[in-house]
Amino acid sequence: MSEEKQPVKSITTPTRLVYQWAATGTQAAFLNRIARGELIGQRCPECRNVYCPHSGNCPRCGVATTETVDVQDRGTIITFCIVRVPSENIDLKLPYCAANILLDGSDMPFTALLDECEPADVRAGMRVEAVWRPKEEWSNTFENIRYFRPTGEPDVPVEKLGAWV
Amino acid sequence: MRNVAILSWAQTPFKRREIELSEVQMVMSVCSEAVRESGIPKHEIGFTCSGSSDYIAGQPFAFVGAVDALGAWPPIMESHVEMDGAWALYEGWLKIQMGYAESALAFGFGRSSMGTLPETLNLQLDPYTLAPLGIDSISLAALQARALLEGTDHSEREMAEIAVRSRRDALDNPVAQLKGEFEVEKLLAEPTLVSPLRKHDCPPITDGAVAAVIASEELARKVCEKPIWIRGMDHRIEPHQPGFRDLTRSPSTQLAAEKAGADPSSLDVAELHAPFTHQELILRDALGLGANTRINPSGGALAANPMMAAGLARIAEASQQIRSGHARRALAHATQGHCLQQNFVCVLEGD
Repeated sequence: MSEEKQPVKSITTPTRLVYQWAATGTQAAFLNRIARGELIGQRCPECRNVYCPHSGNCPRCGVATTETVDVQDRGTIITFCIVRVPSENIDLKLPYCAANILLDGSDMPFTALLDECEPADVRAGMRVEAVWRPKEEWSNTFENIRYFRPTGEPDVPVEKLGAWV
Repeated sequence: MRNVAILSWAQTPFKRREIELSEVQMVMSVCSEAVRESGIPKHEIGFTCSGSSDYIAGQPFAFVGAVDALGAWPPIMESHVEMDGAWALYEGWLKIQMGYAESALAFGFGRSSMGTLPETLNLQLDPYTLAPLGIDSISLAALQARALLEGTDHSEREMAEIAVRSRRDALDNPVAQLKGEFEVEKLLAEPTLVSPLRKHDCPPITDGAVAAVIASEELARKVCEKPIWIRGMDHRIEPHQPGFRDLTRSPSTQLAAEKAGADPSSLDVAELHAPFTHQELILRDALGLGANTRINPSGGALAANPMMAAGLARIAEASQQIRSGHARRALAHATQGHCLQQNFVCVLEGD
């Protein structure tokens, strides 16, 4: 086969773009508080839902949220999955549990890691609490929380989880 | 064809770097203002379309995040174009033409300040042969400017005059970013940035958002005292490879203007989306604009160039000229891609 008829199977065209993400006002407020080991949310003036983490607006109503409220670092598992598939991006021992947790004082579950619990024992309605890194390691990041673990409190009955399940 | 009108519009103040508001908050501020001013209750807007680019946000599916600004509950009919918000408005206009909606909200937004915009725009090029050269948007525009200067009677002085006029007109535009009194001689004495372009030939980097609401004639007559009628609207595209084109002309603008029914003798104002000074010269020639047409009373994209919203801003500014009584008939133009690759023209008129 002549050279020009050789198939070209791949070419490499490296691209690198650098972004400087700047935390905006409400994002900075959240990140500054988590650096002190505190969680805050914001309440929608129309539907009264509290969002944590918050972005300064209510996605349901499309209005600005201005009232800041404290949110607890403990809550209830709404749903969960047990991950047994490795991923290049995630450096965790398999299997691990990813759980959607509704923090006490918030109306929007968010996804976090659950540990100190056998996969077979995880259930919706289970009460959990945050396990923080040592205080000297804290900075403006959600990674200040290493994972959540069961509190041992009685479960919240699934029927009381309402709209979330 | 159904008669469709622009009812309302809103723009953020345009800034070099928006640090207080996120994209979602910028979008929320312009969309809620435009919808409120339209007179149509929020939940009765028939269709919503956004224009943005995830490359500018640096996050995949960033455009979906913008839906959080809308209060999309109960669920709404929504779409997105990876184009300037002017094309989002075009999609809304089509939905009304087809009878799928009686009204539409269009918006465009971006925070270009987070990345390195000229390099980001390199990724619009053919990824196999052209983008790997690393050529950026300013260098491509400079190739076009050189072709224009060598191949026509246009001069660097004319380009500097456009910069001076744009920045002076922007003094009257409360949302403009780059404004002030400058002198042609002093600008021409500045060194070139990418020859033959000097800094004043290039647009500022801008964060911002723009929104507009349009409606069918039946609905517009009910809710709006001074609707701005869209008399014609069209957009055309030229080949992707800049080397394939005569960069000194804009046949796509010319054709879009013909299809939109833009008779230059009837236009009081033209808001042209010309990010570079020499591109205004090319657009003026393509549109056949004469002394009867005032160009870019807002200051245009040389005074503020919010990527993905600067074209929709031209529609907003042209509409403002009509509503304030400064124009009876106006043209709004939007562009996208390198060296005026894609062009949109609409003709607007008061009652």
